[in-house]
Amino acid sequence: MVEKEDNNKRKIVVPGEEVVSGEYLPGDGTRKEDGKILANRYGLAEVKDNLVKIIPLTGAYIPRAGNVVIGQVVDVTYSGWLMDIKSPANTFLSVSECPTYIKGDLTEYYDIGDMLACEVTTVKSGGVDLTIKGRNLGKFDEGLIMNINPNKVPRIIGKSGSMINLIKEKTNCQITIGQNGVVWILGENIEDEVKAKDAILYVDNQSFISGLTEMVEEYFKKIEENK
Amino acid sequence: MVEKEDNVERPDGRKFDEPREMEAKVGIIDNAFGSAMFRFGDTVALAGVYGPKVLHPQHLQNPKKALLRCYYNMISFSVPDRSRPGPGRRDHEIGKVTEWALSDTIDLEQFPSQVVDIHISILQANASTRCAGINAASLALANAGLPMKEMVSSVSIGKLDKGLVVDLTKEEEDFEEGEGATDLPLAFTPSGKITLMQMDGQISSEQLKEGIKLGKKACEKVYEVQKEALKNMGDK
Repeated sequence: MVEKEDNNKRKIVVPGEEVVSGEYLPGDGTRKEDGKILANRYGLAEVKDNLVKIIPLTGAYIPRAGNVVIGQVVDVTYSGWLMDIKSPANTFLSVSECPTYIKGDLTEYYDIGDMLACEVTTVKSGGVDLTIKGRNLGKFDEGLIMNINPNKVPRIIGKSGSMINLIKEKTNCQITIGQNGVVWILGENIEDEVKAKDAILYVDNQSFISGLTEMVEEYFKKIEENK
Repeated sequence: MVEKEDNVERPDGRKFDEPREMEAKVGIIDNAFGSAMFRFGDTVALAGVYGPKVLHPQHLQNPKKALLRCYYNMISFSVPDRSRPGPGRRDHEIGKVTEWALSDTIDLEQFPSQVVDIHISILQANASTRCAGINAASLALANAGLPMKEMVSSVSIGKLDKGLVVDLTKEEEDFEEGEGATDLPLAFTPSGKITLMQMDGQISSEQLKEGIKLGKKACEKVYEVQKEALKNMGDK
C-alpha cells in the first residue's frame, strides 16, 4: 500500500493488489472496490493528488485518438491502405485522409512496404482509422527504422522533448518517434544514424532510472572519448 | 483439525502442508508479449503469451470479446521415458482446463475480435505440471500487460492412504498402499475464488473440504512467490 505521505511516489503493483484505500479516484488501469483502489493490470502505480493510475511497463501498444504512429502499408484496397501499426486492431488509412488529390492506381502513391507517419483519428471496436493530413506526417523516403518497447516511448522523448532533443543535437539526425514504438532516423551518413540508434537503445534498456538525461549526456561524452 | 495430518510420512521428508521449493521468473522470452517460468521442485513450466492480436480464420472471431487459447505441451524430454511429441488427448484436456482457470480473471472484452494465445511448455515433469503451468501462465499474462482482475495461483493436494498432503510429486502420485493416492489439483484467486478443481482417486466429502482449505493456504504461498517475481522484474 502506498502511504498518503509519500505522494507522487511510484511502486510496482500486480493485478488485484491494493494500491491505496480511502478517498481516491480510480484512473487508468485501476478499479474501486469497497473503498479500496485495486490494480487492474501490472505496472507502476502512481498517486497524484487523489488520482491513482497505473503506468504500464510491458504489453502491446493500444492505440488512442491523437497519437502519432509510424506504420507500414500491408495491403492496398480500392479506397485506401491497410496499415500495420504494431497494434492488434485492423488499421485503415482512407484516400480521403490524404493531403494530395489521388486518382487511379493507389499503389502509385503508397505501395506495400512503405513506411508512413500517421495520426490516429478514431478508435472503434471495428478498428482504427488513420490520417496523414498534418505537419510532419506522410511517407518516409529514406532513413532508418527501428523498433522499441512502446511503453518506453515517453522516456525516450523525455520531459517536453528534452531527451530526444539531446539525441538529435548530439547526432545531427532527424528523428520521429511513433507512440507505437517505431522510430525513424535520418542522418547525413550511416554512422550518425547508427549512433542515434545506439543511444535510443541505451535509453530503452535504462529507462527505469531517474536522472536519465544526464546519464545520456555522459554516454555521449564516453563515446566521444573513445574515438 | 488439519494439524492432525502432521503424522503423514512423505518420501522426501516434507511436512504435510509444505510445498516443494518454488521459483518464478518473469520476462524470459523476448519475442513474446509476456512470459514467465514457474518451478515446483523438479517440475518446470514455461509460459509465453502472444496477443492480443488479430484472430484468423475470421469465423472464429467474437465481436464482443477476445478469444483465449491455451496450448499445453509436454516436451518429449520432460519425463524419464521419452513422450511422443505433439499434442495428445491429455494435453488438449489440460490446455482447456487452464483456459477455464484463467479466462475469468482477464478482461477480454477490451479486445473484440482478437485472440490471446498462451503457450505452456513443461520442460521437466515431476507431477503437478498443470498447477505449475497455470502459475506460469498467470504470471505471463500479467507480464503481457493485459487488463486482469487478479492473479491465479494453483497447487495440487494429494491424499496418501488417509492423510492429506500439499504439492504431490510423481513418487507420491504412484503411492499404492492402503487407500492409494488421490490427486486434487486446485487453483485459487487471492480473493478466494476457485477457478480449477479436478480429482483423480477417491476422497470423502469431509476430507475434500479440508483439502480445499489446505489448498487455499498453500496457494497464498504460491501467490507470494508470483508477486515477488513480478515486483523484482522492474529492478533491472
